[in-house]
Amino acid sequence: MFSAIFEYFKEIYQTIRGLMTGMGVTGKYFAHAREEIITQEYPDNRDTLQMFDRFRGEVILLHNDLNEHRCTGCSACEVACPNGTIEIIWARREDPETGKKKKQLETFVYHLSMCTMCNLCILSCPTDAIKMGKNFEHAVFDRSQLTKVLNRPGSKLEKGVE
Amino acid sequence: MSELVLTEPGIEALSTEEYFINMGPQHPSTHGVLRLVLTIDGEIIRKVEPHIGYIHRSIEKMCEHDSYRQIIHLTDRMDYLSCHMNNEAVCLAIESALQIEVPERVKVIRTIVSELTRLSSHQLWWGVMGMDLGAITSFLYGFRDREMINDIFEETCGARLTMNYNVPGGLMFDIHPNFQQRTKDFLAHFRTKLPEYDRLLSDNPILRSRTEGVGLLSKEDAIAYGITGPSGRASGFACDIRKRLPYSAYPQVEFKEILLTEGDCFARYKARILEMWESISIIEQLIDNIPEGEFQVPTKQVIKLPKGEFYQRVETARGDFGVYIISDGNKSPYRLKFRSPGFSNLFVLDKVARGCKIADLVAIMSTFDYVMPDIDR
Amino acid sequence: MYDFTPLVDSIRNFLHAQFSPGVAMALIWTIIILIYLGCYAILGLVLVYVERRVCAFFQLRLGPNRVGWQGTAQTVADAIKLLLKEPITVNKADKLLFNLAPFIISLASLMVLSLIPIAPGLQAFDINIGLLFIIAVSSIGVVGILLAGWSSNNKYALIGAMRSGAQIVSYELSVGLSLLTIVLLTGTLQLSEIIQSQANGWWIFKGHIPAIAAFFLFITASIAEINRGPFDLPEAESELTAGFHTEYSGLKFAFFFLAEFVNMFIVAAIAATVFFGGWMPLHIGDWQAFNHIMDFIPPIIWFFVKVGGIIFFMMWIKWTFPRLRIDQLLRLEWKYLMPLNLMNLILMAILVYLGWHF
Repeated sequence: MFSAIFEYFKEIYQTIRGLMTGMGVTGKYFAHAREEIITQEYPDNRDTLQMFDRFRGEVILLHNDLNEHRCTGCSACEVACPNGTIEIIWARREDPETGKKKKQLETFVYHLSMCTMCNLCILSCPTDAIKMGKNFEHAVFDRSQLTKVLNRPGSKLEKGVE
Repeated sequence: MSELVLTEPGIEALSTEEYFINMGPQHPSTHGVLRLVLTIDGEIIRKVEPHIGYIHRSIEKMCEHDSYRQIIHLTDRMDYLSCHMNNEAVCLAIESALQIEVPERVKVIRTIVSELTRLSSHQLWWGVMGMDLGAITSFLYGFRDREMINDIFEETCGARLTMNYNVPGGLMFDIHPNFQQRTKDFLAHFRTKLPEYDRLLSDNPILRSRTEGVGLLSKEDAIAYGITGPSGRASGFACDIRKRLPYSAYPQVEFKEILLTEGDCFARYKARILEMWESISIIEQLIDNIPEGEFQVPTKQVIKLPKGEFYQRVETARGDFGVYIISDGNKSPYRLKFRSPGFSNLFVLDKVARGCKIADLVAIMSTFDYVMPDIDR
Repeated sequence: MYDFTPLVDSIRNFLHAQFSPGVAMALIWTIIILIYLGCYAILGLVLVYVERRVCAFFQLRLGPNRVGWQGTAQTVADAIKLLLKEPITVNKADKLLFNLAPFIISLASLMVLSLIPIAPGLQAFDINIGLLFIIAVSSIGVVGILLAGWSSNNKYALIGAMRSGAQIVSYELSVGLSLLTIVLLTGTLQLSEIIQSQANGWWIFKGHIPAIAAFFLFITASIAEINRGPFDLPEAESELTAGFHTEYSGLKFAFFFLAEFVNMFIVAAIAATVFFGGWMPLHIGDWQAFNHIMDFIPPIIWFFVKVGGIIFFMMWIKWTFPRLRIDQLLRLEWKYLMPLNLMNLILMAILVYLGWHF
């Protein structure tokens, strides 16, 4: 009889103690609310927001100051891509210096909407022409804008890249 | 207690009527697009029929057209919370088929990243478990710690979730110079936060009463239904692939296989919390002892597996993940089958949840830790 | 000092001098109704903002901080959004009851709100059975919830409504009993007199152990009565998506939402009135100097500080604990809260009989 009553109150005491420990955890964070904020105020911190070097945001074709890229149009990335994201349109043209006909890049089409950022194209590129860019703000109003041409107008193949 | 039957003479038994309710495919606690057709009597569940297929992307069929390198990034999209382990399973299968011996460095890094992935998966599970039971604050606490792991991944391999860090023969990149320091910082941080998880939820009498004795799964049933991972081990089924069929650097490290016998929701909860401690100790054993060497073995540009059948099992955060490759010698597999742990864990739901309340079903579902893309593929 | 009675009386006298008694009465009631409707909306908006900020700080977030200074206009923006939304009525719904339900819930909370003494003289309705009236009227709210759940013709809503019915009917008892414990001390049910009886100290101090126990029992039971976490089973979002208001949208949903937050205010206000002396400043026995200093702080501030503290406590509870299951909820009431309340009541009766309170 008395032990049952004792058990009853012991149970209540233990329950309240268990609840209080939980409230202690949240209460501690409330007291330090300003220091421990884990969220970022995103559009405001755009200037200071720095992505990691290896961050995979989108595929970019590197161009140097003379508007030259290193893509020979070999299509290795197109083959490596699992989703058909990359389309290389190439043509055989005469090299103005040597006079020989040579495979050259016409258009580097990149369908961002299909890309899964798997990095296989970058690994497969024999001339290190492409790399992963850090831009992650890809939202557009029209999905046709997600199909991009990566080689800039008038760009040429960098000298010495075969 | 759950049955209300009046048997006094002169009073007929209280007649009730069963009805159906569709839980999902859009429902806050089905974790994706799972649809459960429940047969309910009042609040008591009489039958659970899981309907899947709402996120089927035919990954296995897609694999038949992809090269072996390309398959790996698809496995990221199955169980996205244990993406590294899925990648590793495919890579190990391909490596064993090609009889490539990967360097020690690769093995150790793979193990560390696997355990970090497991930690991050369990942290997310813990947060979501709290949220399913109504304690929304735990969700943010879980994510706070998970964020640090995601940063480690992002710095080393460029992606936070679908990492695709493995390639046949090794890793895609070497670890970032900051990797070890960041991991140590994280472990120091997380060692202080994990007891807090206990104080907030594990010791909470409401959570205890919601989970203890609810959703009982016996060892026999666990084996019969093929329940693996922490859910199976909570029922006493010793199914840890890391112990049974060790791979990568697991033979070198010392850790306990968490085995509990209760088999209820709280045991599954406890198993995951204890597993987090084991993961921490595994990473601590390895993080200072990453051997020097290559991070990749050179492989042929086009990988062709010899004719035959290859099977590789790994322990993901949800259980036993298997990759079964049938090769006819071409550059893509003839047939590829994934044995995903979530699938078999899902179909025990009817067995476990009968006679429970609707609220219990939510607790059971979150302790089994379903990830829908893993179940549907 | 700081008494609103002269102001209220002068308005009343002015109206009576200008108009015939009937018109003056009607005008007074119109003014009161307009003020209370305005207060109702403003209270709701402020509380929603406070809840979101407080919850954010518990969860290591910032909460709304974009619209207006520190996000203070966020709830106004949300209210405008809800006003502009399409009020969808489900095809198979019972149209009359479906449209009626939100008003019944708002009506119940508005009626209770009119009894709360905010400051001396600021009370719309001071009847001699105040507490009894509050207990009686606040249970009208459950009718609204039941109607909402039934008329929506949605199984989730129905389950939520049925849970709510079981829950409120049982927890009403504990709310009443715990208030009764203090009524033993006050000897009156009229709210203004309950406050006057605390002029030399609040009941929670004067009634010591049983009063403190009664306070916590009251808070627990009333959290359950107003369907707040961890007792938010009627709308348990991880089980029933949104419970009884699943099918409501736009303004009608806003009514439910507002009523929920105003109910929280009402419960805190009743707790403050009964246990913490309402607007009564902190007085300690016959320490004249101390009491005099405390009197300099206006009663309206005392009231809102007390209510704010209790609301914060309720938010703290909500954002820490998991939700109970329906059978555990009922077991908590019938096995723990009820017996404890009865024991507490007897203890208080003995205390009052022996004169062991201060």
